[in-house]
Amino acid sequence: MTGLTFQPERTALEAVGLGVRFRRRWALRDCSFRLPAGRVCALVGPNGAGKSTLLSLAAGLRRPTEGSLTVFGGRPGAADVRPRVAYLSQDKPLYPRFTIADTLRMGRELNPGRWDQAAAERTVADGGLSSGARIGDLSGGQRTRVALALAFGKRPEVLLLDEPMADLDPLARHEMTAALMGQAAEHATTVVIASHVLAELEGVCDYLLLIADGRVRLAGEVEDLLAAHTVLVGRHEGPGLPREFAMHTVVEARATGRQLTALVRPDGPVAGQWKAAEPSLEELLLAHLRAPGAPPLLAPSAEPRRYRAAA
Amino acid sequence: MVEFRIDRRSGVATYLQIVQQVKQALRLGLLAPGDKLPTAKEVVAATAINPNTVLKAYRELDREGLVEARPGLGTFVRRSLARPQAAAGSPLRAELADWMHRAREAGLDREDVAALLASVLEEGFGGPAEAT
Repeated sequence: MTGLTFQPERTALEAVGLGVRFRRRWALRDCSFRLPAGRVCALVGPNGAGKSTLLSLAAGLRRPTEGSLTVFGGRPGAADVRPRVAYLSQDKPLYPRFTIADTLRMGRELNPGRWDQAAAERTVADGGLSSGARIGDLSGGQRTRVALALAFGKRPEVLLLDEPMADLDPLARHEMTAALMGQAAEHATTVVIASHVLAELEGVCDYLLLIADGRVRLAGEVEDLLAAHTVLVGRHEGPGLPREFAMHTVVEARATGRQLTALVRPDGPVAGQWKAAEPSLEELLLAHLRAPGAPPLLAPSAEPRRYRAAA
Repeated sequence: MVEFRIDRRSGVATYLQIVQQVKQALRLGLLAPGDKLPTAKEVVAATAINPNTVLKAYRELDREGLVEARPGLGTFVRRSLARPQAAAGSPLRAELADWMHRAREAGLDREDVAALLASVLEEGFGGPAEAT
């Protein structure tokens, strides 16, 4: 394996002007982004931001109210798209009276021609689970493992996971993350992980989609998004922001006594006596969540191709 | 074979940690020319990090001429960073050990010695040490 697993020119997911309305409330509004194939993407945002809605749209379980979302260029849920997508919802529905062997058999019969029994069995066996165990007798973490085994067995090209690790202890979380990354390494699977546990994502995801209040706030390669921002610390007194900040985009600025700490997107070098450092992923996300008015930022690779062609 | 230890809180980019650990293994002779590095799949199975990070680290090592990717086979060490001049029993090391002994006799403690070494190191090689 010499190349990288992601394929920058292939598009896994693409949203253009996507909106979903529940009664009077918009769960997603005017969302446009692109996710290149082979990426491991963190889908982050506060509770109720629209993460689960977005995943269920990509899984083809829900239709958009306006705009569009495509998976490998096709409509989610279409006969030629659905077999390539595996979706694991937050509640991980499994039949409690089935044994693990029954559950995997169900996976095999529901996915004819695609099912990888060996991969599914390996995922279960790695957790020390016996195939005769009943789902209803398993712990939350063990059920997550069986649910992931079902998802891996389908050999998906896109794997959509909604809060997959929420009920796992640290060891099980490490093991399942490792199994997931192994899957991504071996099959160049595009993975989307929705989560609000930031520690779960650091080092795991190389792509980021931050949504808040139903809108896209940040989208792109984690590295590029981090590199586009700078944390500036320095001395500043008086009201308002320092004059030298005017040419840059200030995401968030906080004053403590005489000290000012700001997260900015610099446009050229920053004048003045400021100590500059690249933010951590957590600093970047928290600053954007605290500052809902900051303009969104899409990396070039995250701009929808169809949108640009039309513009 | 080497095993990577990834510290997510260190502030050092994950791929750089891998680059540094391979270089350290090359210096210490834990890895020698012809040795195979673990595959991305093996690394992620052990560390639960993103496979692209591993590949990025290997590409960086390849670029520096330390390893080479053989398609279909894996990534192999091309050259060592071990220096015979710095090995145990070498005259340079013996002289330094002797100096260390004298520094201790003169009443310097561990931190004094470390500070002195760092300052001489800076004089000799310029600038503070780079991350790599």
